[in-house]
Amino acid sequence: MFDNDIAAQLQVQVQEAIANKTRLYICGSKSKAFYGNPIITDQDLDVSSHSGIIDYQPSELVVTVRAGTKLPELEKILAEQGQILPFEPPIHSQNSTIGGVIAAGLSGPRRPFSGAVRDHVLGVQIINGQGEVVSFGGQVMKNVAGYDMSRLMVGSLGSLGVLLAISIKVIPAPIQEITLAIDVSSEQAISLFNQWRPTSLPLSASCFYEDCLYIRLSGGIRTTTAFSESINGDVLPEADSFWQAIRNQQHEFFNTLDKPLWRLSFPPATLALRRLEADTLIEWNGAQYWLYSNAPTNIIRGIATKHQGHATLIKGDRPEVNYFHPLAPASITIQKRLKQKLDPHGIFSSGRIYKDF
Amino acid sequence: MLEKRYTGRLSENEQSLIMEENAEIQSKLIVKLNEFLAQDAILSEVDELRPYECDGLSAYQKTPLLVLLPDNTEEVQKIMVICTSMGIPVVARGAGTGLSGGALPNEHGVIVSLARFNQILDINTDHFTARVQPGVRNLAISNAASAYSLYYAPDPSSQIACSIGGNVAENSGGVHCLKYGLTLHNLMEVTFVTAGGEVCTVGSAALDSPGYDLLSLMTGSEGMLGIIVEVLVKLLPVPDAKQVIMVSFDEVESASVAVSKIIASGVIPAGLEMMDKLAIQAAESFAKVGYPTDVAAILLCELDGNQEDVEEQSILIQQLLTRAGAVGMRIAKNAAEQMQLWQGRKSAFPAVGRISPDYYCMDGTIPRHQLSHVLARINELSTQYDLPVANVFHAGDGNLHPLILYDANQGELHKAEQFGADILTLCVEVGGTITGEHGVGHEKLDQMCVQFKPQELQQFHAIKSSFDPHELLNPGKAIPTLHRCAEFGAMHVHNGQLPHSDIPRF
Repeated sequence: MFDNDIAAQLQVQVQEAIANKTRLYICGSKSKAFYGNPIITDQDLDVSSHSGIIDYQPSELVVTVRAGTKLPELEKILAEQGQILPFEPPIHSQNSTIGGVIAAGLSGPRRPFSGAVRDHVLGVQIINGQGEVVSFGGQVMKNVAGYDMSRLMVGSLGSLGVLLAISIKVIPAPIQEITLAIDVSSEQAISLFNQWRPTSLPLSASCFYEDCLYIRLSGGIRTTTAFSESINGDVLPEADSFWQAIRNQQHEFFNTLDKPLWRLSFPPATLALRRLEADTLIEWNGAQYWLYSNAPTNIIRGIATKHQGHATLIKGDRPEVNYFHPLAPASITIQKRLKQKLDPHGIFSSGRIYKDF
Repeated sequence: MLEKRYTGRLSENEQSLIMEENAEIQSKLIVKLNEFLAQDAILSEVDELRPYECDGLSAYQKTPLLVLLPDNTEEVQKIMVICTSMGIPVVARGAGTGLSGGALPNEHGVIVSLARFNQILDINTDHFTARVQPGVRNLAISNAASAYSLYYAPDPSSQIACSIGGNVAENSGGVHCLKYGLTLHNLMEVTFVTAGGEVCTVGSAALDSPGYDLLSLMTGSEGMLGIIVEVLVKLLPVPDAKQVIMVSFDEVESASVAVSKIIASGVIPAGLEMMDKLAIQAAESFAKVGYPTDVAAILLCELDGNQEDVEEQSILIQQLLTRAGAVGMRIAKNAAEQMQLWQGRKSAFPAVGRISPDYYCMDGTIPRHQLSHVLARINELSTQYDLPVANVFHAGDGNLHPLILYDANQGELHKAEQFGADILTLCVEVGGTITGEHGVGHEKLDQMCVQFKPQELQQFHAIKSSFDPHELLNPGKAIPTLHRCAEFGAMHVHNGQLPHSDIPRF
């Protein structure tokens, strides 16, 4: 692991940006450059060499890591201690950094079962909009001193400050995982999700694609074995690589290039987009749909709203579209003010999260 | 005590001047409020206001201008519009069980009690959620959900009385948050009225929402950012199997080590609590649940989940505890016995209240591996201050509740406060925090100066002003002014105890 602390240099760069009114693009490996609205920027602020584990004591279930640390390297160190990141974030490239994961706030297949990125961020150290190094939260699970600035950073896409270090809650890796493939229609899949919900079936991932439902069971050996035998499906060989492909958006479904890719987030077990099923992949027990579609934005966002959800344009060259679902007016007012107050010089990732702030 | 230092003592003339001024504002306000609030929704008589003078931390008391009891969102909006136009502070209040003075009235402001927002609006058995009004009691949600074999996981000890709105405002924990998380982890959506009187919904019924995570900001914001009027919480299926193990130790040290070993073993218990001798004795004489009163510490460990998993984990944990030096172990045989074992723990606070005229409950959190060091230090301080301490911990997540025993009638409050402040400083020194679940409120403002640098406090003030530009929502709570910290810091230098504000927390 490359242990390197360049916080002081980064701070100088931010202070210079404030002085010169330079708009910064905070980046690691840029593997998520596609995500969000096009950024208005004058200069990169590269945090990828600010890397290394600051503190990791497995019995505390917490790791504190510099933002530029590569995600695969972090996961390897956790794996050596039999632990994992509970939110299974997508690894867009081998150079993807943990800072990018936190800033993007994207969670993977395990999300509905063991929580999202924001659920596991316990503390952050950042360079704020005034060019100061400040810390919020800490390394303990329970901490209500001050507003939850740490979790506000999650998904803020670099628009509120530069992440220097993050303390993340980790969990023990499951003792055993078994994946089953079940041939069903989307309707049957959704009804199975509903059927399983009140039970203690130890689900840790689900994916519906081309009339097949894949489910991953995680837990103790007896439990996972017993449940897998009680379900009418085939054990999927090489399941790890299947879930890696889903998690990292490298599954064949994600190779379609000629249409915009949308992500729709719904309440659990939502049955939607039946007519567009050929171009969808469903995860999170029916709470996350991936959709390739040329349908107009208002139609797709309308479907999302109708089902109490929201739609994000993930990939697709649509400069006229706001990549993230529009906010309600009361919320916009507060969000804009937050951005102004926390980034008063307007130096961080302008326009990326919403075009006008 | 601290309050006196900052407000100063008022002369009789000053007092009467303020009362006159307040009476004038009060009558103006009542005229406006009468236009839309029912008569019984405005409390203004001294004896009506008295029950609202403090929350669960009764050491601090103030009389509000008025207490308002709206029963719908529109009324809350109108109250906010009027108070904003008149510059009158608004303090929201749930059940008033908070332990940090978060709902302590502002003497120039009104209390908005959410007590009439007491309806469970919907239990959604497809999504496993409950839509509730903020005044609904925590336990009432689980009771209502139990018809569908569902429950709401966070269970603060005060769950019989505390309201969900207050739980959100404080990000309440409980004995099961080691496995199931805090209020934050069990919330889907919150609707609140802004300082300007607008209605804003954050979060959703989906697993994520666009834009900044305002739901995280609202959770634990202590009534400083908005008035919560509706909450959507997550419900969980009642686990198939549950086991509660009570294990006793001759030394606190070995109990602390056992806690770390359990977590390191890869098992996440649903709850993992620790009590020391004085706490055990108090709880046992109060609740009579069969705790051994001659040991140094007990751990209560609850496992839940699938039958097979619980059995596997239980065997592992029992072996581990034996190796860790357990001198006694008891596994509850049935649900009634499990409840009994928990009952003793959950009644620890009132139990201690019986053996001492007053007690002061602290709420620091520390990294688990610091447990035995911090406990030893608390004992030293106990000797130094000559005040006994009963220790009750959420050991699994390092959240300490030392209960400092004192007698206010003997003038011991100030000493107890100082002792408490030392414990919190110690928590920050070992990499922890001054409050795990009770909030900063009015009580821990000075300790905030120990935990945070001025730049960090400024950032909090910036967040506050994004929501509440005129600083009318629960003003003066949770985040100290830099001025206050400067005074507090100066005082500490004078005593030869520097506040360790420069301690890195990474």
